[in-house]
Amino acid sequence: MMMAKKWAKFLRDFENFKAACVPWENKIKAIESQFGSSVASYFLFLRWMYGVNMVLFILTFSLIMLPEYLWGLPYGSLPRKTVPRAEEASAANFGVLYDFNGLAQYSVLFYGYYDNKRTIGWMNFRLPLSYFLVGIMCIGYSFLVVLKAMTKNIGDDGGGDDNTFNFSWKVFTSWDYLIGNPETADNKFNSITMNFKEAITEEKAAQVEENVHLIRFLRFLANFFVFLTLGGSGYLIFWAVKRSQEFAQQDPDTLGWWEKNEMNMVMSLLGMFCPTLFDLFAELEDYHPLIALKWLLGRIFALLLGNLYVFILALMDEINNKIEEEKLVKANITLWEANMIKAYNASFSENSTGPPFFVHPADVPRGPCWETMVGQEFVRLTVSDVLTTYVTILIGDFLRACFVRFCNYCWCWDLEYGYPSYTEFDISGNVLALIFNQGMIWMGSFFAPSLPGINILRLHTSMYFQCWAVMCCNVPEARVFKASRSNNFYLGMLLLILFLSTMPVLYMIVSLPPSFDCGPFSGKNRMFEVIGETLEHDFPSWMAKILRQLSNPGLVIAVILVMVLAIYYLNATAKGQKAANLDLKKKMKMLQLLVASNKYPESPEKVHFALLFKSNAICERPENKHCGTAIFLFYP
Amino acid sequence: GQQANSLHTRAAGSVSGLHIFHKEGDHEDLAPQLVPLDYTTCPDVKVPYELIGSMPELKDNPFRQRIAQVFSEDGDGHMTLDNFLDMFSVMSEMAPRDLKAYYAFKIYDFNNDDYICAWDLEQTVTKLTRGELSAEEVSLVCEKVLDEADGDHDGRLSLEDFQNMILRAPDFLSTFHIRI
Repeated sequence: MMMAKKWAKFLRDFENFKAACVPWENKIKAIESQFGSSVASYFLFLRWMYGVNMVLFILTFSLIMLPEYLWGLPYGSLPRKTVPRAEEASAANFGVLYDFNGLAQYSVLFYGYYDNKRTIGWMNFRLPLSYFLVGIMCIGYSFLVVLKAMTKNIGDDGGGDDNTFNFSWKVFTSWDYLIGNPETADNKFNSITMNFKEAITEEKAAQVEENVHLIRFLRFLANFFVFLTLGGSGYLIFWAVKRSQEFAQQDPDTLGWWEKNEMNMVMSLLGMFCPTLFDLFAELEDYHPLIALKWLLGRIFALLLGNLYVFILALMDEINNKIEEEKLVKANITLWEANMIKAYNASFSENSTGPPFFVHPADVPRGPCWETMVGQEFVRLTVSDVLTTYVTILIGDFLRACFVRFCNYCWCWDLEYGYPSYTEFDISGNVLALIFNQGMIWMGSFFAPSLPGINILRLHTSMYFQCWAVMCCNVPEARVFKASRSNNFYLGMLLLILFLSTMPVLYMIVSLPPSFDCGPFSGKNRMFEVIGETLEHDFPSWMAKILRQLSNPGLVIAVILVMVLAIYYLNATAKGQKAANLDLKKKMKMLQLLVASNKYPESPEKVHFALLFKSNAICERPENKHCGTAIFLFYP
Repeated sequence: GQQANSLHTRAAGSVSGLHIFHKEGDHEDLAPQLVPLDYTTCPDVKVPYELIGSMPELKDNPFRQRIAQVFSEDGDGHMTLDNFLDMFSVMSEMAPRDLKAYYAFKIYDFNNDDYICAWDLEQTVTKLTRGELSAEEVSLVCEKVLDEADGDHDGRLSLEDFQNMILRAPDFLSTFHIRI
């Protein structure tokens, strides 16, 4: 008995401990009570992303970076692990390190450092296999976790329409019970009153005839401007990437700060200013605010997606150039080696003995390692994105708030109520930025295993920094229009971005040849050949034979057919269960009516119990249609 | 778990203070009513509405009086520990939608007649806007609500009408929620 009690107590304490371990709960509660649930939903999303990134970081750190660091050959032992002689002088400069060149490039942070030996260390850790599998596992895990979150929320989607219960919802769901702060409560009362007044005016004005043709023309014009903006931004990015390639050919010392960071700055600035332009164009359209918000989100999404893909196209261009260059370097190396050996043998014949042939790794000519280049581009993009965000918050939110607060005393008009006043927290903009940053992480982490780690740092500091900025400089939104019923709208976008960002990576893995002198797959024809090699060497031969049979096209087609059938079957089952669910709900409502008319004390448990009784087949028969009343006779 | 215990001790502490006050004011020989630390015998200790209404989670809520009345034992706003825990468990994140909808209906039913009639709606709207809407605007809003949600056309919202309407609302779960 004592043991059972102690065990129960231990379980309860453990549950309490688990609840206490959830990070940042107090911060989020404070934000919720001051800003309401929609702003807090951004921070909840941020915390969830932090959890996902933590898992990715643990995978890449413990299975890729740590083994190479502990058991791989140290820095300086191989050409791929050493800074070339030409760059040695500047390898440790801050400017070079900030660009992730020099010592940072030739470290576990990037793809190029890893050796292609099949096993390393005393445990015979298979590093190339682990590198490949961890990359695939990260993608698989991300898909799983996003899908799981979406299916959890699917019940929340009421699946209704926006306008049937407009006023009812305003009356019964506009007060946010989380509010615990008198200033916020005041704001909420004011916004509710304004909301009602607007709805009443809209209701009265609904009968007024609008000039359909003018509105259609204005909307067409607005969309035209939007297309122009999207096209313009795509072209700008392409031009910036081409220019950055030219700069890469030049001597780094002749370039100023802007030239070196031009491309990243252009992308970040476009992401900052184009949404404001879209907002401006939306003035022409005159939509209901909820619809206008959806259009805006759609356009920002298209902008960011377009930018990302133009960036990738430019990158692919660059990769192809590097692969061409590599062929030249390969040819040159054989020549260079032949010359060196000839020179060495010549010097050898003068003396009778000599040291064995040795070239210092720093002197060996290098191929252009395109994978490291890709990894570097993504890391630089992430870092510059972070800096732009923080600088924007500091200037746009903090300095503006300081200006409004302190200059209000000596200014002609009221700064706090008129222009510029304090900034509102832009939920959708921030969520979209978070989603697209995550897309870049997914794209780049195969080529730069350090990217999840960098992202963890970024999310951690973002949480504290943005929490502080929100509480200190922002005011709650005057009119709250949520883009999503549940969080499924944003999770859906995240899923789409995940799919779109893993496609280029998978394409690169499957169709591009790895560099010949850097990375864990060097010397192979394609990166996925590491799997075939592992099967040959590490598995017994009968298993290899079986697996080879399994990749028989006939079998693969059969498996695909079975999967399609399974999907169809599950879909049909789901539809059937939805219909049964609706049927049960209807029965519940009928029972409740019965309960109300029979004047029984209504309580949910009794209604549920009666429902179980009624679904008994006896009540289904037509002669028993008074079954409902009969049930209540069983109740005391 | 721990949160509920701290609420319990907070409530217990304030009740013992109140009992001591009574004892001094009445000049009677009251046996010192110590607040029982052991609740297994279900003693009859009630926290008065004034204390509940001044809790930080509720003090800015225009419906706090109705919330206390709905969850209290006798409908007068004074709550026992069980009522208190019931209230927070229904308002928490984990409570199912149907349960929340049921209690929301009771909260907005000001005259406790198991229907939300036009008078109840007027009370709700007035509390929500702190009396800033004119009488004409309030009655327009109430008319629109009855138009939209009254399924059986009896001029008032039954529990079924209310649940039918509220369970489709996208914001209901996130706004009808108090976090401890």
